[in-house]
Amino acid sequence: MSEETVNHPVTAKKINPRLESYKLFWRRLAKNKAAVTGGIMILLIILMAFIGPWIITNFTDFRPNETDLANKLQGPSAAHWFGTDSYGRDIFTRVIFGTKLTLYVGFFSVFIGGVIGVIFGIVSGYYGGRIDTVIMRLMDVLLAFPGILLALAIVAVLGGSLTNVIIAVGIFSVPAFARVVRGSTLSVRKLEYIDAVRALGSSDFRIIFKHILPNIMSPIIVQASLRIATAILTGAGLAFLGLGAQPPAPEWGAMLNEGRQYMYEAGHVALFPGLMIVLVVLAFNIFGDGVRDALDPKMKN
Amino acid sequence: MSANEIILDVKDLQTSFKTDTGEVRAVDGVSFQLPKGKTIGIVGESGSGKSITSLSILRLLASNGTIKNGEVLYKGQDLLKFSEAQMRKLRGNEISMIFQEPMTSLNPVYTVGQQISEALILHQNMSKKEAAVRSVELLKLVGIPSPDKRVKNYPFELSGGMRQRVMIAMSLACNPEILIADEPTTALDVTIQAQILELIKDLQERLGMSVIFITHDLGVVAETCDYVAVMYAGQVVEYADVRTLFKEPKLPYTIGLLNSLPRHDIEQDKLEPIQGNVPSPHNMPVGCRFAPRCPAATDLCRAKMPKLETDENGNQIRCWIYSEEWDGESEVNLYGETRIAKGRGTKTVLPD
Repeated sequence: MSEETVNHPVTAKKINPRLESYKLFWRRLAKNKAAVTGGIMILLIILMAFIGPWIITNFTDFRPNETDLANKLQGPSAAHWFGTDSYGRDIFTRVIFGTKLTLYVGFFSVFIGGVIGVIFGIVSGYYGGRIDTVIMRLMDVLLAFPGILLALAIVAVLGGSLTNVIIAVGIFSVPAFARVVRGSTLSVRKLEYIDAVRALGSSDFRIIFKHILPNIMSPIIVQASLRIATAILTGAGLAFLGLGAQPPAPEWGAMLNEGRQYMYEAGHVALFPGLMIVLVVLAFNIFGDGVRDALDPKMKN
Repeated sequence: MSANEIILDVKDLQTSFKTDTGEVRAVDGVSFQLPKGKTIGIVGESGSGKSITSLSILRLLASNGTIKNGEVLYKGQDLLKFSEAQMRKLRGNEISMIFQEPMTSLNPVYTVGQQISEALILHQNMSKKEAAVRSVELLKLVGIPSPDKRVKNYPFELSGGMRQRVMIAMSLACNPEILIADEPTTALDVTIQAQILELIKDLQERLGMSVIFITHDLGVVAETCDYVAVMYAGQVVEYADVRTLFKEPKLPYTIGLLNSLPRHDIEQDKLEPIQGNVPSPHNMPVGCRFAPRCPAATDLCRAKMPKLETDENGNQIRCWIYSEEWDGESEVNLYGETRIAKGRGTKTVLPD
C-alpha cells in the first residue's frame, strides 16, 4: 500500500509524494459516505445553479419574474412543481434561478473573509506582540456581536444589495479565519525550518507567504468549507430581513419572507425555498466535516 | 592569506531577554576572535548562552531578545549597526548557519532541491533552472548518492543524516566565509556524527571557510576545532587553543568537564561529575559564577567576579586562582588534579 511506497522511495519506480498525499486525501474522503453524499449534493447544486436557468429559459415558458395573478398561491401540481407564490410566479423556476445567488453569497463572502482573515491571522501570529494584541482584540470585538447582528449593522451602513450582503458576510467570517490561522501560524513559526530560512536571508514577506502559508493550508481549507454553510445561512437570514437582494430577485431568504405571510393558507410558498436552504447548508456542512477528517493526520486508520 | 587575519571579532557581546519574571542576561560580555580559515569551538552546558551567542552574531534572536551592548566585527564592519536589509543580504550568503535538528530544519512542503535553490535565487540572482543544476552539484559535494534523484525528494523521504547533509548543502550554497554550526551532530547517531564532522572539516579545507562550532560535546571539539571558548552562565570562562585546553586545562570548571568524560586510557570506577547546577539567570552569584560549585572556591571567589585575563600565549582564563590576588592554598586540588596558583609558579603538575 501507500505506506510501503513512502518508506522505500528509491526502490519504487516513480513517485510524486505531493500527488501521493492528494491521493491519500481523496481515498480518505471517498471512504466517508456522508462526505461523498455532501460532495455529490454540492455538485448537483452547482450544476443546477448554472445549467438550470439556461434549460428553463430555452426549453420552457417559465420566467422567474413573470407574474400570473390568476394563478396565485397554487399548491404543487404538474404544471407548477413547487406551486406558485402570491404573484402567481412559478416557485420552482424561482428556486432554480435563486441557487446562483445563494452560491455567490456563500463562495464570495468566504473568499473575502478568508483572504482578509488569513492575512490578519498570519501577521498576528508571525509578528506577535503589540500587532497581535491589536488585531486579535479587533477580532474579539467582531466576535462579540452575534453574527447576524454584525452583518445587519454592516448592511445597514452600506445599504441593502447582494454585493453588500457578500461584503457583510465576508467581514463576519474574518475573525473565524483569523483565529484559526493565527493558531496554526504560531505553531509553524516555532519550527526550526523557519529559523533556517531566516538564517538563509529570507525576508519576512517571503517567509510568511512561501514557507508558512503552504504549511497551514489544511486548516484554512477546512475552515472555508465549513464556513460556506454559515455564510449561506447568514446571507439568507439577511435577505429574509429584507436587507439582501432586492425584489423581485429570486433570493431564497427573500422568498421565505414573502411566503411567511401565507404560512397557513399556502405553506408551500415558504416551504420550498426553506427546504433548499436546509439542503445546501447540510451539503456543505457534511462535506466540510469530511474534508476536515480527511485532512487530519490524527485520523489515520 | 595570513594566519592571523581575523574575520570575525566579537567584542563584549551582551544579549538579554525580557521574560515574565524580569530581564535575563543570557550572554554577558562575550568576546572572541575567529581567524580566517580556522575553527573555533564554543562549549558549555545547556543554558550557558552558546546558542544565543551565535544567534546574536546573525541577529536572529526571538522578538523578546535584544543585544544590549558590544560589537560584532565582520571584516571590520559592525554587524550590529547593519540595517535589516543589509543583514538579510549577509545571512546565508557570507555567514550561514546549520541548525541542531535536521529532522525539523527543512520545510516539509518543498523538495530539497527547491530549498537549496532558495539561497541561490535570493543571493546570486540565479534563475530557477540554474539553481536546480547547482543544487545537484551541492548535493554531490556533501556526499549524497544519486543527487540528481535526491534533489526531487521531499524531506520526509530522507534519513536524519541525509537531511543534515542537505542542511549543510543549503548553508554552503553561496560559498559563505563563515559557517556557524549549532550542535550539528547532536540529533544524529554516532556513526553519522563522525561522517558529518568529517564532511564539515573536509569542506572547510576545500572552501577555505571559517567555522564556529557550537557544541556541548568535548569529543567533537577535540576532533574539529583549532580554538576553544568555554562558556559558563553567559560568559567566556576559558579560551585556549585546542591542544592546550585538553592537555592543561586550567579552569576548575573545564577540568571538571573533562573529568566527567569517560576515558579509555586510564581505569576508572566511577565518573566524577561537577556537583550542583548552572545558576539561574535570575539569581546570578555576585562573585565568580562557578564559585557555588567550585571545589576550590574561597571568600574572594564568592565576593568578586574575576576578570578574563590573557596570558603570554594568548590564552584566556577567568579565575582567581591564576591571579595575584589569590587568597587560597598555593596548591589547589581540582577534581583529583593539582594546579599551582599564580605568583607561586604557573607550572602545572599532572597527577600521574
